This record gives sequence, C-alpha cells and structure tokens, in this order.
Amino acid sequence: MLRFLIRRLALLALTLLLTSIVIFALTQLLPGDVARVILGREAQPEALEALRVELGLNEPAPMQYLNWLTGFVSGNWGRSFTAGRPPIRPLVLERLGSSLQLAFVTLLISIPLSILLGLISGLNENKWIDSAISLFTLSVVGLPEFVTGLVLINVFALGLGWFPASSTAAPGAPLGEVIQQLILPAIAATFVLMAYVVRMTRAGVIDELKKPYVRTATLKGLPRRQVIIKHVLRNALLPTITVIALSFGWLIGGLIVIENVFSYSGLGRLMTTAVERKDIPLMQATVMVIIFFFALANLIADIAYAFLNPRIRLE
Amino acid sequence: MSDAVITVDQLNLDYKLGNRWLSALKDISFGIMPDEIHGLVGESGSGKSTLALAMMNFVAPNARITSGAVYLDGVDLLKKNSAEMRQIWGRDISLVPQDALAALNPSYTIGDQISEITRLHEGLSKRAAWDRAIEMLRQVRINDPKAIAQRYPHQLSGGMQQRVTIAMALSTHPRLLVLDEPTTALDVTTRAVIVDLFRELIRENHAAALYVSHNLGLVAQLCDRVTVLYGGEVMACAPVQELYKSPYHPYTISLLASLPHVTTGTETRLPTIEGVAPSLAERPHGCVFATRCPIAIDKCHTEKPPLEVVQGDRLIKCWRWREIATGEIVIDTSPKEHPMDTAPRAGVVLNANALNKEFDRPTLTDRLLMTGKRPVHAVDNVSVRIRQRSTLGLVGESGSGKTTLARLILGLETADSGTLELLDVPLDLTLGKRSKKALRDLQMVFQNPNDALNPFITVGGQLARTIQRLSMKPLTRAAIQTRVLELLNAVRLTDAYVSRFPAELSGGEKQRVAIARAFAADPALIVADEPTSALDVSVQSVILNLLKDLRAAKGASYLLISHDLDVVSYLADWIVVMYLGEIVEQGTVEQVYATPSHPYTEALISAIPVADPTVKRKAIRLGGEQPSPRNLPTGCRFHTRCPRKIGTICETTLPPYTDVGDGHFIRCHIPAEELIALQTSEPLTERKT
Repeated sequence: MLRFLIRRLALLALTLLLTSIVIFALTQLLPGDVARVILGREAQPEALEALRVELGLNEPAPMQYLNWLTGFVSGNWGRSFTAGRPPIRPLVLERLGSSLQLAFVTLLISIPLSILLGLISGLNENKWIDSAISLFTLSVVGLPEFVTGLVLINVFALGLGWFPASSTAAPGAPLGEVIQQLILPAIAATFVLMAYVVRMTRAGVIDELKKPYVRTATLKGLPRRQVIIKHVLRNALLPTITVIALSFGWLIGGLIVIENVFSYSGLGRLMTTAVERKDIPLMQATVMVIIFFFALANLIADIAYAFLNPRIRLE
Repeated sequence: MSDAVITVDQLNLDYKLGNRWLSALKDISFGIMPDEIHGLVGESGSGKSTLALAMMNFVAPNARITSGAVYLDGVDLLKKNSAEMRQIWGRDISLVPQDALAALNPSYTIGDQISEITRLHEGLSKRAAWDRAIEMLRQVRINDPKAIAQRYPHQLSGGMQQRVTIAMALSTHPRLLVLDEPTTALDVTTRAVIVDLFRELIRENHAAALYVSHNLGLVAQLCDRVTVLYGGEVMACAPVQELYKSPYHPYTISLLASLPHVTTGTETRLPTIEGVAPSLAERPHGCVFATRCPIAIDKCHTEKPPLEVVQGDRLIKCWRWREIATGEIVIDTSPKEHPMDTAPRAGVVLNANALNKEFDRPTLTDRLLMTGKRPVHAVDNVSVRIRQRSTLGLVGESGSGKTTLARLILGLETADSGTLELLDVPLDLTLGKRSKKALRDLQMVFQNPNDALNPFITVGGQLARTIQRLSMKPLTRAAIQTRVLELLNAVRLTDAYVSRFPAELSGGEKQRVAIARAFAADPALIVADEPTSALDVSVQSVILNLLKDLRAAKGASYLLISHDLDVVSYLADWIVVMYLGEIVEQGTVEQVYATPSHPYTEALISAIPVADPTVKRKAIRLGGEQPSPRNLPTGCRFHTRCPRKIGTICETTLPPYTDVGDGHFIRCHIPAEELIALQTSEPLTERKT
C-alpha cells in the first residue's frame, strides 16, 4: 500500500511538471509583446525595455521557464498584467475557495441523489420507473448549461423568488446566505453530472444483482434492505467512484458557463478573463491549480477504490 | 414418510419463456429422512438445481410454482411469504453453493460473512459471532482459522473457499443442507478431500442433506438414497445400493453404462444414449424419456407412466420396469466391438524435447528493487513423444502445467527453450514462423464448445472458412461445400446442420462441430484440452466414441488433456502424469493403473469415485495445498504432500527418473520393488461385503 502511494504521488508530481511545461510552451506561442500588452500601444521604448528586463522576458525561454517554475513552487506566483498589477496568488486562492464551496455543495446534492436514482433504476431494470429516470437524467444532461441555468433563474429566482438570481455574495457573508446563493448553480451543475453517475450506478447494480453472492446473502435470511445496501451497493459503487472523482476536477475548473450565467466568481471565470486579457501569469497559475485538483481527485479516487476493493488493495 | 425432515409433494414449477409458461418440474415427490444424504442426479436441463432451490421456496423471477407442497417438519414452506422464509433460510435450511468464489462477497472478510449469519439468526454479538466463525472454520479442518477469518475470498484456494461455504452453512446447525454441485469446480484430488469432509460433517451435525450432482460416481460414494431426475420429472428414487445394483429404469441403466472406464483394446465403444433430452417447449405427452429409450413401446409415447412406490421404499416411473426387474427384457449395455484396425503405428507424429516455459519473469524494476520476485515455472524440462494414430493422455491437477505444455506445442505460447519435431520435420517454437503445412497438421479442440464457435456464423460457414484458410490450393465453392458435408457426416450430423447457427445446437452438437473443424485439413495431431468436461455424461460417451472412430478412420493422433483419469484411459494408449510442471510418471494405461505407480498417480486414481457403492477405493488423500509454482519445493516437488514420503532424502535430493520396465518411467526415490510391495499389500480398490 505504501509503495502504491509513493508511486502515485511521484506520478502526480510528474503530471504537474509535464503540464507546466506544456502550458509554458503554449504561452510562448501566443502572438504579441507582453510588455506592450501591459503598458499599452503608446508606451515609450525605454519603458517597454525596462519592463522586459523586470519580467525577465529577454532571457532565453528555458531560463524563463525555470524562473517561473521556482517562483511558482516557492509561492511567488507573480503579478497580474491587469491595471494595478495585483499579486496573483491571493486572487487565485480566493477564487479557488469559491470554486471549492460550489463544488462541495454540488457534490453534496448530486452524489446522494444520483446514487439513489441509479439504485432505483437498477433495482427496477426496464420497468417504467427506470425508463422515467433515464429519460429525465438524459434529457437534462442534453440541455446546455446556459439553458438549464436560465430556466432555473427564471423559475426559482425571478418567478418564485426562493433564491437570488446571481451569486455574488461578498467574502465573509453569513453562511446561510452563501449556501442559498450556491443552491441554484449547484443544481445546474448537478444536472450535468447526474446522468453519468446514475448510469454507472444503475449498470453496477444490475451487474451485481446477477452475481451468485447476492443469492447467498438472500438465502442467509438477510432482510432485503441489508442485502441491497450491505452486499449489492458496496460492490456496485466501486466503478462510480472514478466518475465522481473526475467530476470533482470538472467542478473546480470547468464550470465556465455556469459561473458566468450566475455571475459566480470561481476559478473558471477567472481563467476566461485571463485568456481574454492575455494575462499570461494569471492563466498559468489558474491552469496549474485546476490541473492539480484534477490530478488530486484522481489520486483520491484511486486510493479510495483500492481501499474499498480488497482485490486491488491486497495485490 | 411422516418423520422425514423435508417432503416434496406433487411439486410443479413453470418457467416463462417469451410469453409462454412452460413446465420445468412436473409432479415431483420425494422425501429426505433425518441423517440422510440424498443424492439428486440429472443432466443439465433436468431441473435439478431448480428443484433444489424450489425446495427452499426460492424461485427465479421468471419462474413460478404452480402446485404442490414442500413440507419442512410438517409445515408447508410454499405457504410462507418471503418475510417468513427469511426466518427459515440460513437457520433451518442452508445452501452450499456451486461456485464458492462467486458465491462469497468479494468485499468482506471470511469471518464477516460467516458471522453475519449467526448474528442474524441467533442474535450473537459481533464478538461472539466472530468467535463462532473461527470455531466453524476449525470444524471444517482449516488449520489457521484466526488468520483465515481475516482474509478475503479471493485470497483462498478453491478448496478453502468451498470449506468456507460449508462452514457458513453449518454455523446455525440447520435441519437441512442443500448442496448444489459444490465440488464441480474443484480438482479431483481436492474434490475427494472435500467430499470426505462433507460426509463427516453432515454425520456429526445430524443434518439431512440434499446433494445435487451430475457425477454418478460421487453420488454412489457419498449418498444414502438417490433421486434420478430427467426432463423435470423423477425417473427413479431408491437406496443407493439398490439403485446401482438393479437400476430398473432404462434411463438409469443407460446412464450408468455410458460412464467411461479403462477398456482393453481400442476396438470397443461405450454404450450411448442416442438423441438429446427434450426441451421445455417440446415436452412429450407420454414418458419424457421415451424418445431416447431403447425399449420404448407405443404406450410410452402416448401415456405418461405413474410414479409408483415399489418394494416399500423405491419410486420408479416406467411402464416396463417390471419386465426389467424380472429379467424378461435385458437392455444391452455391453461395450460394442468395433472391427477396425486402430493399433498405433510405429512412426512418430510429434517429438517434444526438453521444453521449458517460465511465466511472469522478474522485470528490470524488480531486479533493481531486489524484490526477490521469482518466475512461475510452468513447464520444466518436459519431453514427450506421440506415435502415429495414438493418443497421449496428459493428466494432472490444475497448475500442473498440462495446458501450458499443450499451448507450447500448438505455438499459442512460445517455449523458452527446447525443440519440437512434427512428422520428423523441425517445428519452430514460434507460431508466426511455422509453415502452413505445420498449421494444417496441428489442430485443437477446446474445452468449452460454446466459446469455441463464432455465434454469428453458421456451422457450414465456420467449416468452409477453415477449409479455405488451411487449403494448400484455391478451392471452388462446390469443392468446399462437398468437404463441409463430408466433415459433418464424419461427426454424424446431418446436412441440415450446414445452415444452423451455434445457438441452435446442443452442447454435444457444438463440440461435434468443433471436432469437425479440427479435422478440416486432415491434421496429423489434434490437441484436445478437456474436450468433454463441459458436457453431460450421456453426451460425453458419444463424443469419446466419436473421437475413437475418427482416429481409426482418419489416422490422426491426439494429445488429450484431462484431470479425469477415467476419461483419459478410455481413449489413451500412453499416459503422462504431470505435477508442478514436471513429468512424474509415464507409461501405457495398464502400466500406470497397475503397480508400481508414482505416489501422486496413486492419489489421483484413488480420488476418482467409483460409480458403484459396493466398491470402495482406498482413501489416499493429499493433505495441504499444492505449493506455488513460484516457490517450488526442494528435492522431490511432491514431498510436501506425498503420503509415502520416506525421509529427508525426499526434501533434499531430486528423485531419479527411473525406467521400471518397458519404457514405464517413475520419478521417485522409492525403488520399484518397494513401491510394488507397498501398493499390493493394500490394494487401491476393494469390494465392501
């Protein structure tokens, strides 16, 4: 187990290193002079040159990369190119906090709901309730997020007034208010995630129900509920874990549309702004953070999978 | 039968196929007394497992019990709802399932799964239930129960897994134990140990037991009474001694006669039961067995015989049993002579010399990290020679390397070293470098005919494709078609089969097609890996006879792999016994069965149950587990389990591979004369008085 863990951590570090090289290489390919982007078209050549020296832009690309990497690792993520040149790290970490909040609330809603629907589907294979659940989950995943998002806002925010239409709580707002703001975007994200988890759970339950150990458990005289929860679900959920982990990565960095629809300040929105403004250091930092969470979620999924599956754990 | 533990009375069960309900069990009646082990035998599709589960009031979602009763201690189980049945399942009736690994939950420890049942039914605390689980594991003769309780099912060997299921079933001291083919997946040697254990435990616990099996030998040796099921109906039910001595029912008689056994010479053929069992949809109005019965009369086809109680405690369902009992009619079950010259020829088809194969060799990282990982020695310096028109029988437990050896010869695996010669021409070890001629000359018949045929291509299509691919010159469509029909007729299938798909064939018919395909290019050698182990007894004899006929007619040789010495000895003229990748004995069938034989061969033979309750084989049981081929024992590889071990020499020194006469080789430290003395003083089989 320890060997497994060490190997996976080394792999995680390697993944991050390789992606950082790719990101850096891509930013080098972007057209335009960075100094001119920051100082504007009218800037004096002297000022431009001074900025280039300050930013290390005259050094060869590998040196620039090394400087950036050492800086990033030691916590110096550089300054944004936008007006006022704010430092990047606090900005990204603040947005990360918001993204984590939303991801957490979304998982809290979507995992139990999806597993429950998947279980009901699997236990009633090909009956009307199974078809109904399939129809519902597949139709909401088919709709683009800006459609579901706008429908949710129209019905629950503008129509019923249960939730605010935009999620722009200031940092430090009371928890109740924050959660109330998170509900609608979380539901929109749940709609996207639900179909995958429901399908996986359904398939897992159907597969496991056919296995002879289920009959063994039934003929021990165990109540149906215990047979399903303790024996069937325990094994049926194993493949679902991986899907959940992948969706966590997506929740951190991929909610671009939903964050925009609900004006929510998460990492996804930060990244789009960075791209629009050619704010290269900000782009690099956000992408690195997002990739780190993707990789971390995968690692946690692998560990959880190995932990829950003795056949892997004890190899 | 009032004091019976369980009584089945006029039970009828239907299955739903498409939109129709079809009768699968019809008017089943029989009972099991306290302390009785009741055998339930039948071929696949006879409904034996369905019946066993129906006796627990457990039916598949697409099945329903239409009438009848199952009384457990006088109470009708079929009147109980599922909540009431849960009080009975696991407490009064327990199931020992077929495939132990699949029947145990992979995610919980052995201890957890056993204690679950006592916590539920006896309200034991977690602690007490765990202690009981350990006690149960000890009762099923598991040496280190505390450690085993904490393991997961996949960490145990097949025999151990099966012990766990019986420990689980016995932990509540049930009134009735239902054992559904619990040893089918096990090796002969392991099976023998487990069956002994069943017998002892059932007696110790004073339980009644229903033992479902298709193995007539096993039932003869284990059970007190036997019910024979055919087409979902009881054909006969009798005390075991009487059933085997005077079977009365034509089906029982034919079934017992079709068991393979050592026959002298290659001119004899096993008696067979012609035809196939009727499917649920075409159940005849008369006797279900009439279509295959050698003595059926008109009445048998039109009127169903009653299940008669005869001689006090026997049940029989046949119009003509009285005539059989009195000897007025005799069903001829003597082996048929087959006048055809089939003696092996002098020429050699295959010469395999010093073949070696290791799997899972340590990788570079293993060496760098010094993990001490060792390779698996699958085949170790093995040489065999197969003569023309002969059969070499290869036997051994799983893990002995017999299948790997066959795959090396076929080129499906590439040997690490050694040489091969096919018809005196060197044969490359790598499949890709072999000539088309060599590919034609080496063919294979697989164990499971269901997987060996492409389900989307007709029988004719499969044969035509093989003929075309292996042909040395382009063939016309008509020539191929003629050849296809020729092959089908050779395996006794009619022309109509050309356009059928595999799904429309029975298991035996599929295996015939597979055999026809193997013969498509007139091969010199056919490798058959357990060709009948997936088939029913009555079909097995048909296939074995067919293989014998084809060998005579086509002059091919076989390499026949099986764990069942009886099957091998019926067909083979030379036997090779393997243990842990090494040949421990080889010789003619007579030599291997007679003394002297290697202690391992002796154990293999003694592990095969004789289909005659009056004959008892000496119980040589191999204790312990087969060592891992990754960590081979020093000295003689068999010393860790050998019942005839003579001392430290067995542990330290490689035994010599000695010719004990006429090319009969044995790898053992015990001199031949001593082996003979040891083995004749206590003969392997004896007749009970």
